Amino acid sequence: MIKRLLKCVREYKTASILSPLFVTMEVVMEVIIPLLMASLIDKGIEGGDMGYIYKMGAALVLGALISLLFGALSGGFAARASAGFARNLRHDMFANVQTYSFSNIDRFSTASLVTRLTTDVTNVQNAYQMVIRMAVRAPAMIVFSLIMAFSISPKVSLIFLGIIPVLTAGLFLIVRYVHPIFQRVFKTYDKLNNVVQENLRGIRVVKSFVREDYEKEKFGRISKSIYQDFSKAEKTIAFNGPLMQLCVYACMLLIAWVGAKLIVAGGMTTGQLVSFISYVMMILMSLMMLSFLFVMVIISRASVERIAEVLKETSDLANPESPLYEVADGSISFKGVDFSYAGSRDKLCLAKINLDIRSGETIGIIGGTGSSKSTLIQLIPRLYDVTDGTLCVGGRDVRDYDIETLRGAVAVVLQKNVLFSGTISDNLRWGNPDATDEELTKACRLAQADEFIRSFPDGYSTHIEQGGANVSGGQKQRLCIARALLKKPKILILDDSTSAVDTRTDAALRKAFREDLPDTTKLIIAQRIASVSDADRIIVMDGGGITAVGTHAELMETSEIYREVHDSQMQGGDFDEAE
Amino acid sequence: MKPNKMPPGAMPGRKPEDLGRTVKRLMSYITGRYRSLFLVVLLCILVSAITGVTASLFIRSLIDDYIAPLLLSDAPDFSGLLGAILTIGAVCLAGVFAALFYNRFMVTISQGVLKRVRDEMFSGMQALPVKYFDTHTHGDIMSHYTNDTDTLRQMISMSIPQLFSSVVTILAVFVAMLSISVWLTLLVLLCLVLMLFVTKKVGGKSAKYFIRQQKSLGDVNGFIEEMIHGQKVVKVFCHEQQAKRDFDQKNDELYDNAEKANRYANIFMPIMANLGNLQYVLVAIVGGALAISGIGGLTLGGIASFLTLSKSFSQPISQISQQINSVVMAFAGAERIFKLMDETPERDDGYVTLVNAKYENGALAEADGRTGLWAWKHPHSETGAVSYTKLTGDVQFSDVDFGYEEGKLVLHDISLFAKPGQKIAFVGATGAGKTTITNLINRFYDIAEGKIRYDGINIGKIKKSDLRRSLGIVLQDTRLFTGTVMENIRYGRLDATDDEVMEAAKLANAHDFITRLPEGYQTQISGDGGRLSQGQRQLLSIARAAVADPPVMILDEATSSIDTRTEALVQRGMDQLMDGRTVFVIAHRLSTVQNAKAILVLEDGRIIERGDHETLLKERGTYYQFYTGAFH
Repeated sequence: MIKRLLKCVREYKTASILSPLFVTMEVVMEVIIPLLMASLIDKGIEGGDMGYIYKMGAALVLGALISLLFGALSGGFAARASAGFARNLRHDMFANVQTYSFSNIDRFSTASLVTRLTTDVTNVQNAYQMVIRMAVRAPAMIVFSLIMAFSISPKVSLIFLGIIPVLTAGLFLIVRYVHPIFQRVFKTYDKLNNVVQENLRGIRVVKSFVREDYEKEKFGRISKSIYQDFSKAEKTIAFNGPLMQLCVYACMLLIAWVGAKLIVAGGMTTGQLVSFISYVMMILMSLMMLSFLFVMVIISRASVERIAEVLKETSDLANPESPLYEVADGSISFKGVDFSYAGSRDKLCLAKINLDIRSGETIGIIGGTGSSKSTLIQLIPRLYDVTDGTLCVGGRDVRDYDIETLRGAVAVVLQKNVLFSGTISDNLRWGNPDATDEELTKACRLAQADEFIRSFPDGYSTHIEQGGANVSGGQKQRLCIARALLKKPKILILDDSTSAVDTRTDAALRKAFREDLPDTTKLIIAQRIASVSDADRIIVMDGGGITAVGTHAELMETSEIYREVHDSQMQGGDFDEAE
Repeated sequence: MKPNKMPPGAMPGRKPEDLGRTVKRLMSYITGRYRSLFLVVLLCILVSAITGVTASLFIRSLIDDYIAPLLLSDAPDFSGLLGAILTIGAVCLAGVFAALFYNRFMVTISQGVLKRVRDEMFSGMQALPVKYFDTHTHGDIMSHYTNDTDTLRQMISMSIPQLFSSVVTILAVFVAMLSISVWLTLLVLLCLVLMLFVTKKVGGKSAKYFIRQQKSLGDVNGFIEEMIHGQKVVKVFCHEQQAKRDFDQKNDELYDNAEKANRYANIFMPIMANLGNLQYVLVAIVGGALAISGIGGLTLGGIASFLTLSKSFSQPISQISQQINSVVMAFAGAERIFKLMDETPERDDGYVTLVNAKYENGALAEADGRTGLWAWKHPHSETGAVSYTKLTGDVQFSDVDFGYEEGKLVLHDISLFAKPGQKIAFVGATGAGKTTITNLINRFYDIAEGKIRYDGINIGKIKKSDLRRSLGIVLQDTRLFTGTVMENIRYGRLDATDDEVMEAAKLANAHDFITRLPEGYQTQISGDGGRLSQGQRQLLSIARAAVADPPVMILDEATSSIDTRTEALVQRGMDQLMDGRTVFVIAHRLSTVQNAKAILVLEDGRIIERGDHETLLKERGTYYQFYTGAFH
């Protein structure tokens, strides 16, 4: 898992290696300082030799400056390596997500994908930086300090060997206890953010039903759970500091005792004692660093897993080996098609669909709520793949086409319409990046959008805010239709795209389609009979299957469902009279 | 017509504007509930720091008072040393316990403060007017709960105790150093000035790039959020390559800023550490010179002690300067949180409330418990009397004008009346002002000119929560909450029984599909709908309104995603429910509005036609054009 992530280090491998290298050299310099200091104290101060003091002093200053240089270099490389690592992670993840099919996207949920690309990457970046700096520095410090300490006095160094295991064991116990608590807490944090988000989006519902107190209570419960868990975890971590202090003091006092005896016995000098104490501090400080590192790595482990999942996911919609790059015409053919979202055959959303549509036909699709109309049309541009059976467009199986070519020829206006930040022209050009302004205007006129766009002060350069917040529902739908028209598709699919549009505009749209797009196959899913009654054929769906196909007149006679729908809409109607 | 959103607010990482006030307010959270605990913490930190200093001073004592004489004596007696070591040991132990206590107590304080801040922020947010939510991006509000609270947590739980401990240590060490040698202390202070200068230089550069990094991060995150939420559209338009190109551009900019920011931050530590080393060396040199020349009575032990102390002096300083960055950011975050908390809540000057009522001697009086009869309780301030008006659902608009923004009216001169039990329909092109009218009835927004009367009472006088309790609303945008289907429907009336919930579901024609779900009514659904179709979600939201059993209902495009056959079934149930109640319906579909008592046609915020279905058709006006599709 970590291996998969480390592949993203790539061009920053050098920086990742140089950083710990320099840090090691920095450590070496730092470790030498107490040694030289000991010498300075013994020979220089105790010995009263000023010249020696100056000489040693100069050496020490030089050592400190070199150490500074190495430390700075190491820091610089670490910054580049970790920032670069994060950059590559984000790039790879985003690029992979772009290859996902609808079912891949469904598997992750959009909110989770966003978190993985943002928060999780930041966690991993910080952990990586800490690792390449500390993971080498701390052990190096420990090893070299121990070597130094032993070279001064093996006997006193034995004290270390007693204390270090105690400290390590204590730290280990703390981390082990704390890890599962942290895992739990982050999940609870997700829940908390979810509640806040739902309240933000649904504030009108909350206020209408006067549920402010209820929501506050809901929030309070989760907040309390976070409080309890985090308190437990942090109180355990609180043992870290005092534990280390205990070890430091114990070390120091023992060394004072043993060292004093040794000095008196002549086996050690005062200067050595002072430097010894320095080494004690260095070693124990490094152990502390290691324990922080450990905790950080463990916390970021969850993030590592989540990122790896995104990277490993392969699209279940693959391009064929030798794909077709041209779609002959807009004919569509379903043969024995079954479909279920999970890919299993247990809960089929569509069953045994058989349908033949000629190029240029206008087909209306009517059906009850949940009868899988949207599912049916999403199969055509291969937004999902069929579970069983074959689906052909232009006479060839859809799986034989190059996906981009197929989607260029099949334009879908989804039920949930999304516009993106940018001007209206920018959004429209998603359909065709090379469209000229006249082509934009033409498409908008067809989609009955040109008029209202011109009514805006900035016209086509009007800025769209956050998902289309500053245009009404009907205007958004028409812009999305215009966007789809710019593709000059062979097949145009409208999934309930006129639900927010009034009937007059709806009729104008259909007229425009009839007159200006005669060769485009048009599939229109709608609720209003009026929207589909003049289609060449109408499909009636129910419970995942097609129950009837025919013209308006035919269906009025043969399909009970169709009749019911028609009657419910024409209740008391004077339609025929009026027309 | 919708209010315009403000550009995304302050990005985290901006320098706090009024540091002093924010600090004071933050401290008030700590001292408010945790005053005594906090004092204990401070005491423990004091003890712990002093212990540390004592241990360092001990070295001088060790060398001068014990080792030196022992070296000179022929028969060294270590018992004195032993005694001294044991004493110091006891002191150190006390220090360790003090450290343990303050660390643990600090957790209680920090987590407690955070919880209070979170809860208060959420409560405050609930009280804000709808206008706030319409004019601020959700991503920005969310970051208060995530980013800003996180930096606050880090600061309270780590930075504050460390800062205090460092300050105490520095003071104690300073005093100790002075006691050994004034000259050396001066030297150390000189080095301190140098260190502070470097901190300002390097730290300043680092802060500059950190702020840029935060902005880039916001940029990238915003892009990611938009693209991923619209990923399906990206696929449909084969926009993937372009999206990747746009992303890489922003990603590279982020890399640039992140690298620089971290570089300066990373260089900082070795610089400070080695400045500390330099100081160490200088102390040795100068100290040696002083000791040899005999100035100031400096002994070897003194130097040794001083050396250790000087390390204890420079370390906290570098620690403080490391923390400064995160502390500054945390205060910026705290400032944003406080700003949110200080936002003006929804004003409610209403004093008329909704109560259960019963008839007593032919007059209305307040009743306890649910009677099914509702009345407005109207206290009159001048006379002190209380009058009761029956809730019937009589709504009147008189010459109402309204605009979301100053000077831009979206409704002009609206006058209408709905008698109890009538169904009033609003039709019109999108953007004509239909939803706006419903925003006014339940006082999500307040009117500029004119009057709205409910059962004869000016709605400005009615308490908002009571007003809203009397209205049942089904909105165009279905919003459900994470939870079971049962819980979602029960949202309409929390004390509804399971049977009542199922009755409402049957009325809304949702019962059938619910029972077909994997766990039926106990199936978990998420706020954004998950596997339910748009139509099914709408049925649930109708069931929710149905269970609330409201006297007045507002249906805003409530069935736009439902097929007409299902809608007809729902309609039958709704008709039953609406018998005797007032209903405002907004819809495009002829079938929905046909049997309304009065149909009001809106255009550009004005009512241009009104009447019932037959009358309007006869007029051959705008309504006629809409619903026959006949236009020439």
